[in-house]
Amino acid sequence: MTTTTNPFAYAPAPESRAIVDIAPSYGLFIDGEFTESSGQDRNKTVSPATEEVLAEYAQANAEDVDRAVKAARKAFEKWSALPGSERAKYLFRIARIIQERSRELAVLETLDNGKPIKETRDADLPLVAAHFFYYAGWADKLDHAGYGPNPRPLGVAGQVIPWNFPLLMLAWKIAPALATGNTVVLKPAETTPLSALFFADICRQAGLPRGVVNIVTGDGRTGQALVSHPGINKVAFTGSTAVGKAIAREIAGTDKKVTLELGGKGANIVFDDAPIDQAVEGIVNGIFFNQGQVCCAGSRLLVQESIQEELLDALKRRLSTLRLGDPLDKNTDIGAINSAEQLARITALAETGEAEGAERWSAPCELPSAGYWFAPTLFTNVTQAHTVARDEIFGPVLSVLTFRTPDEAVAKANNSQYGLSAGIWTEKGSRILAVASKLRAGVVWANTFNKFDPTSPFGGYKESGFGREGGRHGLEAYLDV
Amino acid sequence: MPIAPASALPEVTASDQALRRYLHGLPGVDPVGLEARAASLGTRSIKTTAKAYAIDLAISMIDLTTLEGADTPGKVRSLAAKAVRPDPTDRTTPATAAVCVYPDMVATAKAGLQGSGVKVASVATAFPAGRAALGVKLADTRDAVAAGADEIDMVIDRGAFLAGGYLKVYEEIRAVKEAAGSARLKVIFETGELSTYDNIRRASWLGMLAGADFIKTSTGKVAVNATPANTLLMLEAVRDFRRQTGVQVGVKPAGGIRTTKDAIKFLVLVNETAGPDWLDPHWFRFGASSLLNDLLMQRQKLATGRYSGPDYVTVD
Repeated sequence: MTTTTNPFAYAPAPESRAIVDIAPSYGLFIDGEFTESSGQDRNKTVSPATEEVLAEYAQANAEDVDRAVKAARKAFEKWSALPGSERAKYLFRIARIIQERSRELAVLETLDNGKPIKETRDADLPLVAAHFFYYAGWADKLDHAGYGPNPRPLGVAGQVIPWNFPLLMLAWKIAPALATGNTVVLKPAETTPLSALFFADICRQAGLPRGVVNIVTGDGRTGQALVSHPGINKVAFTGSTAVGKAIAREIAGTDKKVTLELGGKGANIVFDDAPIDQAVEGIVNGIFFNQGQVCCAGSRLLVQESIQEELLDALKRRLSTLRLGDPLDKNTDIGAINSAEQLARITALAETGEAEGAERWSAPCELPSAGYWFAPTLFTNVTQAHTVARDEIFGPVLSVLTFRTPDEAVAKANNSQYGLSAGIWTEKGSRILAVASKLRAGVVWANTFNKFDPTSPFGGYKESGFGREGGRHGLEAYLDV
Repeated sequence: MPIAPASALPEVTASDQALRRYLHGLPGVDPVGLEARAASLGTRSIKTTAKAYAIDLAISMIDLTTLEGADTPGKVRSLAAKAVRPDPTDRTTPATAAVCVYPDMVATAKAGLQGSGVKVASVATAFPAGRAALGVKLADTRDAVAAGADEIDMVIDRGAFLAGGYLKVYEEIRAVKEAAGSARLKVIFETGELSTYDNIRRASWLGMLAGADFIKTSTGKVAVNATPANTLLMLEAVRDFRRQTGVQVGVKPAGGIRTTKDAIKFLVLVNETAGPDWLDPHWFRFGASSLLNDLLMQRQKLATGRYSGPDYVTVD
C-alpha cells in the first residue's frame, strides 16, 4: 500500500457492479432448467470482501443428485452420438458467449470469490474462454489424439471443483468432458456457487441439449452424494488432499475412473545468476496471485544463499507496493481471503510458523474492518523442519529457505509430500534443463511462474494427485482408453 | 543530493576489463518478464484527483522539444512562449520543465525564457548519430553551454558500445560532463540501437558511473524510442544505483509519448518502481512535443467536464 504522504495516491477506481444481476435465490440446474431441491435446506453465499450476503442457493440432497445423474445419463446417448463437429459448435458457441459476457462474469466472480477484478478480468475469464475454444477444436479430431480411431467417451462425469478459480476450474472440467462426448454433473464449491449457476444460463443461451450439463450446488454432503452415486462413470475432483483421499477410498472397488488435482507446496528456486527484478515479480506472482489460494502456488522460495539478502530486500520493497483492498477496484493487487474458515486456517499456520521460530514479516498495509483479510506475509529463517515449509497454507504466506548448490536446491525442492509445481530462475539455459529434469513436479516453470495455457497439461506427483488436465493429455481423462 | 564523485565506484572503472566484468556481472534481464511487468503497471486506472495531479505533473516534466533541420528563431520563440504559458486561457497550468533545441538555437530559447524558470536544454555531441571526433563533440557541448544552456543532452557512441569499447564510452561521457560544467548532463543511449535489455541495463550503469545527471532513452530519431519496458528498466537502474552509491540520477524517456494516457502510464512506472522521490521535474522528464497539447486538452476536460478540441490549444 502506498504511503499517505505520496501525492500520487491513486483515487478509487471501482468497476461497476451494475453489469451483473444476481438473483436473491437460486435453485439447481438439472435437465436444462432451473429447478428447486426436493429438500428445504438452503445456503447463503457471501462476498468475502464485505461479508454481504449475495444470494441464497439450494443445498442439493441425494435425491437431487440422483435426478441430475439420471438427466445426464439420458442426455449421454444422443450427445455422445453427435458427430464431433456438432459438439464443437456448441463449445465454440459457449466460448463466444463467455467472451461476450466476460465483464459481467469477471465482476460476479470477484464479488463471490473476493479476488481482485484485475485478475478475473485479465486472467480467469480469458483462460476460461480459451479452454472452451481449445477443446472445441479437439471435438472432431479425437481420432488423431493418439488413442486410436474413434475413442469412446466414458459416460457421465461427476465433477467437484474448488472455490479458488470457480469458473476456470469449471472450464477445465466441463470443456474436455463435453468435447469427448461425456455429459456432466458438476458441483461448484460451497462458498462460490454463483459463476457455475451463471454458466448454466450460458448453456441455455447456447442451446446446449438438456441434461448435457447439470449443476448441483451444496456443501460436502452434495459432493459425497455425487461421487458415491452408482450412475456415474468418472470422478474428477480438484481440491484438498484430505478430501481427495476420501474420494479415492469411496470409489475404490468400483469401475469409476478418477482424476484428482490436489494440494501443493511449490518450490520457486532462485539461483544467483537469476534475472533479479523479474524473479521478484515471479515470486510475487507465484505466491500472492489470488492471495496465494492456488494449488500450484510457489509457496516455498528457495534462494541461493549468496543473494539471499539482496533478493529479500528487493522482495520486501516490492511487497510494500502491493495494494490490498476492495477487490472491485481496478488498482487492487491483493483481494480478500475466500472464507472465514480459510482465514482461520492461514492465521493458525502463520502462528505455528512464529511459534516454531521462523521470522515473520508482513507488508505494511491496513486491513479493511469487514470481510476476510490477510496481509502479504513472508517467513525467513525457515528450514525443511518447519511446518510452514511442509504444510500447504493456501494463503498469501511465503516461506523462504536457502540453498548452496544446485543439488541441494533439487533435494530440498523434492523433499515434500507434494509435487505439483516448481519454478527455476537462472539466466543459464543449461541449468534450467538440468534442474527441471530432476524436479518431481507436474509443472516446472523457467523464469516465470503461474503461467497457464489450455494447450499445456497440468497435474501432480505424489499427494498432489494424478491424471492430467489441459492439452492433449487432458482428453485421456474423459476417454475409455 | 550528493555531488557525483569522480566515479561512484572507482575500482570498477579502472580499466576496460574491469568495466566489462562489472557491467556483464549485473543481473540479466528477462525480456518476457520485464515487458509483462510494464504491461501490468499499464493497467492501473488513474482517475479524478489522481488524474488531475498526474496531468499537471506531466506538464511540468516536459522538455518541450524541437529538433528539426527546419527550426528557425521564430519557431523556437513560439515554443519558448508555449513552454512558459502552455494554456493561455488557464493561468493555473504549470510551465514545462525545459525547452530542448539544437545548440545554435540556445541563445534564442534563452532569450524567450528569460526569468521564467523554464530551463534551456540543448542536444550536443553531434546529435543524433554521435558520429564525430571527440573534439567536435566537446566543442559542440561548450558552444551550447556558452550560449546559456542549463542542460546538455548528449548521445553515447553506440558503435563503441556495441563493439565492447565500454571504457571509450565512459571516458567520452566524462569528458562531456567536464565540458558541460554546471549544466546538468542527460546521457542518451538510443535504446532502439542497443537492441537488448541487457545492453540497456549496462548502458544505464555505465552512464551513471560516468556521472550522468539523467539517463535518457532515445533521440526520437530512430524507429523504436521510449517504451514502457525500457523506461521501467532504466527506473530500476536509477533506483538500484542510488541504493548502492547514494547518488540519485534522473530518467528521461523521449520519443513516441504522445497521449495523456501514455504519460500517466509512465508516471505509474516511476511511482511504483523508482518511487515517489522521482515524481519531480528535477528527476523525471518527458522528451516530447505533441504530448503537451493532449495533456492540455485532458486538463480542460477535467476542469470543464467537456472536450474542447485542437482549436482550443495552441499550435507551436
